[in-house]
Amino acid sequence: MNHIGALDLTIAASLILFDAIISTVLGLRLHRQVLWAAARMVVQLLLIGLVLRWVFALGSPAATLAVVVLMIAAAAREVAARPTHGLRGWAGLWLASASIGLSSIATVLLALLTVLHPTPWYEARYAIPLIGIVLGNVLNSASLGLDTFYSGVMNARSAIEARLVLGATRQEALMPLMRDSIRKGLIPIINQMSAAGIITLPGIMTGQILAGMDPMDAVRYQILLMFLLAGGSGMSATLAVYLAARSVTDERHRLRLERLQHN
Amino acid sequence: MAARLQVDQLRSALAGPFTFSLNAGECLAISGPSGSGKSLLLRMLCDLDPSSGSIALDGAPRTGINAPAWRGKVVYQPAEAGWWDPTPATHFKPEQMERVRTLLPRLGLSADKLDTEVRLLSTGERQRMALLRSLACQPQVLLLDEPTAALDPESTAAVEQLLQELMAAGLSLVLVTHSEAQAQLLGTCRMRMENRQLHDWKAA
Repeated sequence: MNHIGALDLTIAASLILFDAIISTVLGLRLHRQVLWAAARMVVQLLLIGLVLRWVFALGSPAATLAVVVLMIAAAAREVAARPTHGLRGWAGLWLASASIGLSSIATVLLALLTVLHPTPWYEARYAIPLIGIVLGNVLNSASLGLDTFYSGVMNARSAIEARLVLGATRQEALMPLMRDSIRKGLIPIINQMSAAGIITLPGIMTGQILAGMDPMDAVRYQILLMFLLAGGSGMSATLAVYLAARSVTDERHRLRLERLQHN
Repeated sequence: MAARLQVDQLRSALAGPFTFSLNAGECLAISGPSGSGKSLLLRMLCDLDPSSGSIALDGAPRTGINAPAWRGKVVYQPAEAGWWDPTPATHFKPEQMERVRTLLPRLGLSADKLDTEVRLLSTGERQRMALLRSLACQPQVLLLDEPTAALDPESTAAVEQLLQELMAAGLSLVLVTHSEAQAQLLGTCRMRMENRQLHDWKAA
């Protein structure tokens, strides 16, 4: 395996300077942002590297669990804040935590207990990277699903109420929009699977091949990951949209748009 | 015998309290300036907006009836009804089609309008189609918000004629209208909405 030293990274960093120069010459006004983002990336990744090294060495289930919970909380905050509209107060954060927490934990548990079975099964070296990559994806599906759903409810209010006033249940009135929203949440993973290997070499696989793994082994891991991501995406988008549909209606089947706010 | 619709101290944070009762075949005509709370009252009556107080249909309190069933009996038709499919036809249930086909000509609509895209219908045609959609549910109380606002005199007369026949057969109406002639023609009692409160018509 090649070892990447500080000097190697410095050479690669000159590409960031190159971007900054393009920005200055062409007046893109992006050089500050490029440099700032690159600096953030370096600091964040070095920090997480240190934390992971420490947690792996500890081998304590409690430390692993704490990292997982933190990661889910950070992802939930993104999901609650990213769509154009969101639920007022804590409801949005609860909804996001429930949908992406359940879906990511369920898929990662499935992988750990039945496919990878490391010993012990909660081994941090497996659990944390897996939950990380799954979270990245379920976050995407849940926020796309929620964005579509909330915007749809705002825009199609009169069409939805038209169904309700004729005696439809909230489920009947919202189902077409719920279907659209869940579908939106699943499109990225479908694209990812169709493009994998032909248009793109997935990042994880590339990293493993560069780190010296046999391509066929890397491919097997990638296939497993894609299945996990597909399952997680479907679960999180479905859960998020169903919970959102519950949250914007009440037990008397009324649309309660005052519970939504512009983010 | 219990009234068709008995409303007692119905109120929300925005309007009320409202108290009135309506028998089968009667029409309560409500007039009043825009923004005075007429549509709010209709939304509260069909339980689309939360409200406190009591309301009963033929003596049965609303709290004992699930909301979709209530709205199927006390049907609200907003001034601008929404549509969820491209053509009117798919807004009806198959078992409603027989009634729809008999009522279409009564409202001056030809059968091919059912398959014309909603956005290509005129405002007046949409409004009559919406009335048809509400009537297809066979409501016991119909809450109408300006049902003839977009109609020419001929279509207005057709709608009023049909509503009178349905009232004679027992349909009760709560009619919000700006038309004095319509309120006099259809209203068996009249009230005036001002500042989100209902007042007797005579007190004006």
